[in-house]
Parts: sequence; C-alpha cells; structure tokens
Amino acid sequence: MPAAKMLFLYAPAGFVAVLGFAVAVAASVLFLRTKALRFDTLAASATEVGLIFLTANIVAGVVWSRAAHAVWWTWDPAIASALVCALVYASYLMLRRAVEEPSQRAAFCAVWSIFCFLDTPIVIAAVYRWRSQHPHPALWADVPDAWPAPLAWSTAGMFALAALLLAVRLRQGTARREQDLRRRMGNTI
Amino acid sequence: MDYLRQFWVVSIKDLRAEFRTKEAINASLAFALVILVLFSFAFDAADLEEAAMNEISGGLLWIAFAFAGTLVLNRSFVRELPNDCLDGLIAAPISRSALFLGKAFANFALVLAVEMISLPVFGIFYHVRWASQFPELLLVLVLGTWGVTVIGTITSALTVNIKLREVMLPMLTYPILVPALMSAMQLTTRLMAGEAIGSDTGMWLKMLIGFDVIYTSVSLILIEVVLIG
Amino acid sequence: MSAVAVEGVWKFFGDYPALRDVKLAAAPGACLALIGRNGAGKTTLLRILAGFSRPGRGEVRIFGGGPRETETRRRIGFIGHGISVYDELSALENLTLFARLYHLPEPERAAREWLERTGLTRVADGLVREFSRGMRQRLAVARAFLHEPSVLLLDEPFTALDDKAIAVLQGLLRGALADGKTIVMSTHQLREALELASDVALLSRGQVAFHGPRTPEMVADPGYVYARYGEG
Repeated sequence: MPAAKMLFLYAPAGFVAVLGFAVAVAASVLFLRTKALRFDTLAASATEVGLIFLTANIVAGVVWSRAAHAVWWTWDPAIASALVCALVYASYLMLRRAVEEPSQRAAFCAVWSIFCFLDTPIVIAAVYRWRSQHPHPALWADVPDAWPAPLAWSTAGMFALAALLLAVRLRQGTARREQDLRRRMGNTI
Repeated sequence: MDYLRQFWVVSIKDLRAEFRTKEAINASLAFALVILVLFSFAFDAADLEEAAMNEISGGLLWIAFAFAGTLVLNRSFVRELPNDCLDGLIAAPISRSALFLGKAFANFALVLAVEMISLPVFGIFYHVRWASQFPELLLVLVLGTWGVTVIGTITSALTVNIKLREVMLPMLTYPILVPALMSAMQLTTRLMAGEAIGSDTGMWLKMLIGFDVIYTSVSLILIEVVLIG
Repeated sequence: MSAVAVEGVWKFFGDYPALRDVKLAAAPGACLALIGRNGAGKTTLLRILAGFSRPGRGEVRIFGGGPRETETRRRIGFIGHGISVYDELSALENLTLFARLYHLPEPERAAREWLERTGLTRVADGLVREFSRGMRQRLAVARAFLHEPSVLLLDEPFTALDDKAIAVLQGLLRGALADGKTIVMSTHQLREALELASDVALLSRGQVAFHGPRTPEMVADPGYVYARYGEG
C-alpha cells in the first residue's frame, strides 16, 4: 500500500482539528460576552476534541514519514507546525487543570483560548517560512491528483466522529458541573 | 497624559522594588551566564568554524534570553501577592491596561538589562563579533524582548494565584512564543553573520513586529478579565 | 441618592450562588455593620462593592456610579484581610505611591500628614518588612484614608489588631462619620462594630436575613441579631 494513502487520515484529521479549535475560540468569546458557563464547557470540549485529532494528524504524519522516507520525522512544515500548535493547545488543557474555581477557570481559559487561536496562523506562517529557506523532502511528495472523492468521504467521516466525541464530552462536562453544584450545596447545609 | 503618568508610576514602583532586593535580576543574569557556559562545553567554541558558530549564535542567545527572562517575568505579579498588594493596585483609580503596561515595561527593562550584559560575555566566550551591526541588533533585541515580555506578563497575571505557578508559567509562555523566538533567532543569526536586513530577513522582522502588535493589543483588552473576571 | 446601593446582586462561583438576590443600601453618613457567619458571603459582597469582582446578576452603585469606573474608585477606601502595602518599600514610599496613584496634588505632603495621624512619623523611612503587626495595621489604615474617600469599605478591620491600633482605627472611623463619610464594615467583633454602627445587616448563606437600624437591644446583647434572625 503506497504510504501516500496516509493522506486520507492525515489531511482530514488536521482539518477537523482546526475546526475544533475554531469552535473553541468562538465559544470562548461567547463566554466572555455572556458569562454563561455552558460556553466554557463547549470551549473545553472542543479544544480536547481538536487536540485529539491534531495528535492523530501528527501520528499519521510520523507513520507516513517512516513508510515513505524511512525516517520517523521530517521537518515538513505541515507536520512541524502541527506539533507546535499541539504544544500550544496542550498548554490550554494544562491551564484548565491548574485553576480550581470554576468561574475563574472559565474566564482565564477563555482568554487563553483566544491567545492560542491567534498564534495558530502565525506559527504556520513562521514554520513555512523557515522551511522554505532549506528545502527538505516534503511529506506531500508522490500524492496522486485523482483523490478528491475518497478524501471528501474521509473528511466527512472524521467530522461525524468529531461531532460525536464533542457531544459526549459536552454531556460529561455538563453532568460534572451538576455534580459539583450538588456537592457544593450539600457542603454548606 | 494621565495614562502615561499612571503607567510610569506603576513601572517605577516595580523597578524600585526590584532594585532594592535585586533577587530576580541577579538570578536571571546568573542563569543566562550559566546557559552560555554550558553551551560552550556542548559546542567547543575553539573548534567550531566561524560559519558554524554564526549558524547557532541566534538560537543559542535567544534560548538563554528566553529562559533567563522567565525568572524576571515570574516575579511580575508574584511580587503583588504578599499583603494582598494586588488589591491595592486594582482598587486604585488607574486603568487596568496602564497597570499591565507599567508592569510589562518594568519587566522589559529588566530583561533587556540582562541581555545587554550577556551579549559581551557571549562575544568573549564564542569569539563572535556582535557589534558589527549594533543598531539593527538592538532593534531585534528590543522587538524580541518585548514579545517575550508581553506574553510573560500576561501569563504571570494568569498564573499568580493558581496551583503549580512556577511550572505553569513556562508551560504557557514558551509554546505560544515559538514564532516570535524563531523570528528573533533568524534575525540575530543573520545580523551576527554580517548580513544586512534585506527582503529575505525583512519577512522575519515583519513577523516579529506583527506578533508584538497583535499580542500587545489583545493583552491590553483582556487584562481586565484576568484581573477582575 | 444612597451612598452605597446593592440592587439584586447574585454572585456565582461556577454554578454555586455565593450571593443570592442581595438588596442593601446605606445612606450617606451611615455606618453599616455587615454581620454573619463565616462563609455567609460578607467578604464576597465587600469585594464586589470595592470593584474587585463582578456580580453575576444585579448592580452595585457607589454614589450612583459603578465601582469599576475610575471616578468611583477614587471615592472608595478599602481595607481587606491584607494590608496592601509593600514590604520592600518604606512607609513614606508606600503612602507616596498610593497618593500618586490616587492623583493627589501634593503626594508627599499628604503621605507625611497621614503618617502623623496614624502615629508612624518616627518610622517614616523604615521598611514595612521590619514593622510590628500593629504598625502594619496602622499603615494600612493610613493608606485607605489617604485620598479622603467618601466611602470606606472595611473587611473585618478589628480582627487581630492590638489595642493601640484598635483605638487609632476607632478614632479615625468616628472622625470619618463626623465628616459625613459612609462606612460599610463586615465584622465578627460585634461589640466594637455595633458601637459605631447606625445600621446592621445580617447575611446568612448569601442572603440578607435582616437589614435595619441599630437598636438598643443589639448594643446590649450583640448576639441578639443572630438569635432573632439568623440560624442561632
């Protein structure tokens, strides 16, 4: 199987990841406007789903790289910028864990989500610029042109999977909030 | 005019407090020097050719600056923790963005001071002539340090009251700074190798300026949310 | 216009309501004692009044303005649990700093004046780090009064004060009330607070359980309000 078939995993995963982060930043802005905690739950869930798919994107890239070029990692600009963005969004998830009080956590993470999202295009531009100075074997080498249909299917499938994961995460997040509230009210009575 | 005055009062307060104890600036300077020394052992400066040395100079310097800078940036809002001093600043009739800018500028001055002292040391250890295009190099130092400072000051505000503050601040600051550090490294490497800033490196300069402008604006707008919620 | 008006304020930590539909008012020149158990929401309410946090619902007004407006903040003096002065600076430097932050026309003169009024002239150039606890408290009081605020918000001001500091603070508070300033004070020290208070409000689990003028029964038996209106 030609290694380039990894594209069907690689590209859609990246695309869905960016969609997830876009949903997250929109939810963060909505939270800052309305202070409604459900937007915070949405932002967190969307970021988690986005990061899962970004990780899938990077893993696919690694496998592809090994199969096609016999090295585990090429500093291909697409995969390198994916790695940096993954680190940036991982910092968001760490921030979520570090702030205990829910309202403060929501406010801080909304701010940080905006910071992370603004960084994404800058990172991509920077890494592409850097790579263009010293050309390297690209991951994209030997990808046939006649693949739009299967690519579209794969993307649709991943999108559906992401939506499902998001719904599950949202449900969990909302249940957790109710639980926390019940516990807190119980403690004071 | 009022805004400037507020900004200045906050900045001077931070600088005066820091120069009383000199804790952060001493630690930061020591850390920068240690990194430079350690790297000397890693890349034996005596054996490296000038070309190879120039290649790594930008990266090496900015790694040292970014890591040493964190020691200063961490202190920024942490110094307001004892005695609930942050309450005093928030209650005062000053604009929150002036408060942020004042602190950021104090940090900027301190980190830049550490960098200006580290540069000659770097030149001596690695036999690099850094002064050949000094005005341009200074511009890159100023822009790059401002980027580090803005992000570091807002992350200092975000992490001041949370668990694992010392760990969280670098974890938040470094990933997001990657494009700014990259630009600064590329520019510094070229300048030290004697190249002028042309159309090629001009792109990196624009990126650095763009980063600074975007994140300064966003920080000024959102600092109120961070301080008050 | 009320000096301090709290209109239907709710405060949420996550989904948990720490303050529920709080309605209070203090007329200019009044001294409102805010009492209640630990966790009732006194500190939360005071911090909203001082502008440190935002209510989830409802509004707070100090002389008609929101506490997050710069003009309003100039009229507020706040003493919280911490003294809000810098250990690494001297007493004089601290007060001069705050005088500048509050745009006073002659910062150093105002600073020296308040050092004198709180009995700290002798240690004007001493670093706060070296002060005794009572001296630190007096400096905190100087900082809060320095800019001649119209409204004083005090969070448990008498807790852990030594006798000299209590006397200084009570003297200053009486003087402030005589000058027509408004005071909202949360407290556990019922006796000291009730001496000065004109009105009393009891907070219980985030709600106002009682709000009315101070009566002789309250002064005679500070636990009276708790027994009658609180959870006993």
